[in-house]
Amino acid sequence: MSLTDIRTPNPKNFIAGSDGDWEIVIGMEVHAQVSSKAKLFSGASTAFGGDPNSHVSLVDAAMPGMLPVINGYCVEQAVRTGLGLKAEINRRSVFDRKNYFYPDLPQGYQISQFKHPIVGEGEVLVELKDEEPVTVRIERIHLEQDAGKLLHDQHPSKSYVDLNRSGVALMEIVSRPDLRSADEAKAYLTKLRTILRYLGTCDGNMEEGSLRADVNVSVRRPGGEFGTRCEIKNVNSIRFVGQAIEHEARRQIDLIEDGGTVDQETRLFDPKNGETRSMRSKEEAHDYRYFPDPDLLPLTFDQAFVDAIAADLPELPDEKKARLIGEYGVTPYDASILVSEREIAAYFEDVAKGRDGKTTCNWVINELLGQLNKVGTPIGESPVSPQQLGAIVDLIGEQVISGKIAKELFEIVLAEGGDPREIVETRGMKQVTDTGAIEKAVDEVIAANPDKVEQVREKPSMVGWFVGQVMKASGGKANPQAVNEMLKAKLGVE
Amino acid sequence: MSVDKATVQRIAHLARIAISDADAERMQGELNAILGFVEQLEAVDVEGVEPMTSVTPMTLRMREDIVTDGDKAADIVASAPDTDDNYFLVPKVVE
Repeated sequence: MSLTDIRTPNPKNFIAGSDGDWEIVIGMEVHAQVSSKAKLFSGASTAFGGDPNSHVSLVDAAMPGMLPVINGYCVEQAVRTGLGLKAEINRRSVFDRKNYFYPDLPQGYQISQFKHPIVGEGEVLVELKDEEPVTVRIERIHLEQDAGKLLHDQHPSKSYVDLNRSGVALMEIVSRPDLRSADEAKAYLTKLRTILRYLGTCDGNMEEGSLRADVNVSVRRPGGEFGTRCEIKNVNSIRFVGQAIEHEARRQIDLIEDGGTVDQETRLFDPKNGETRSMRSKEEAHDYRYFPDPDLLPLTFDQAFVDAIAADLPELPDEKKARLIGEYGVTPYDASILVSEREIAAYFEDVAKGRDGKTTCNWVINELLGQLNKVGTPIGESPVSPQQLGAIVDLIGEQVISGKIAKELFEIVLAEGGDPREIVETRGMKQVTDTGAIEKAVDEVIAANPDKVEQVREKPSMVGWFVGQVMKASGGKANPQAVNEMLKAKLGVE
Repeated sequence: MSVDKATVQRIAHLARIAISDADAERMQGELNAILGFVEQLEAVDVEGVEPMTSVTPMTLRMREDIVTDGDKAADIVASAPDTDDNYFLVPKVVE
């Protein structure tokens, strides 16, 4: 397969070497577990955990005479994912056997799709702050079986095999080598995860292994010929993807600059020391001897099947983002945060309907998400409901409370719950707009600080200090705009 | 096309079948005879004919996404030479 380069080298991504700059080239193979109840070719459960070998049918254990029967729902989810990545759908695909021996693979082969995958070329739009969006080409998506799990720490000379995961449906999503930095790779995986979660085809839970990435890394002189790549297997967090790439690129650059060459090999990332290491000491060229699985006929479906899935697609992150910018006037960057989870965008829209989009956006992102992220609560379980946050935004808009008091009010609602309007009433948090009361406070501050009054005539910006003093005296409840105007009049500054 | 003895040994290794030198020699002859038969098929013009993977005029049957199997760990490991707590035990394999 010939590799094409669609990127223009960006000096921002270059890595300085001892005799010139280097550029990293990254492609990814992401394994996304299909969110199905049963496995790809058997009726055993896909539930995470479970006692050893309790979610295993005789098919998954590769007992003689057992035959695979495909799960239609998994086929549908692969097509759905393909449509979500604007990819071509292959109405005829073929399952092949990928042959190799390992204790986590009872069949001695993995049922996968080699020559004719179910989904062909698509794309993912990747955005980084303050940079041009990058279109990452998807080469293909194919359906395949997951392997079992090995435990190595239970016994001095034995490995323990649990086949609960064996046969679970995976979508392998293969990208072209279109990524040029660790940040781009992280953004790509984040975006892919968001799309999968919108589609509902994979839960994206990386801790439970529902989403894992094999990262292909090579280095080259900027814009030059592609270098030899190493594949870092099974990286299971977005942060680790970044670390693994940084380390691997550095290793390859050092190796080449010392006169060596990079061997094409499989490597493992060790999160403990942030390094990658060679996975197979006596690397034998893999010979998987793929051939069509004689137990399975070609997978075919008609256009109506595809059309029905297409008609049922949700609004996807890119479209939602464009709509939020247009409808609510939020910035592209804020919009990308709002659409990062379907639930965040839904919450935002609940609050923003009939209110000021920008103010609502600031409250959702800075206050609500800020607080929720601190304690690790998902927005779906937010202690502050959209109605409550909406009331706070209304109170600011009606000038009943100042922005500063609003933050206090938010803290109270977050900690204790309750109706924001009632809280403002009962706790006397209303903004003081009574000019008599404000004037009294203003006069007191002016009388108490004759030296500052002198200075403010020289330096009008010092009026801010007076505003602060008056606000403090009023317990933050004076209307800051009214205070500002009155002070300027009394101090005679513009 | 023909195979040499090293290729025979390699194929056997990939299939995790131990064969002696003498066996490899015998199998080399057998495999080359089979490859000879297959070569005769190359005389047939298959231009434009799709590779056939099945002889039955059927499409792939699909199953519903319902859990119908499992919860028989003891049966699953029943024939295994070594087990513990319904895990299969194998000689340690650590990368």
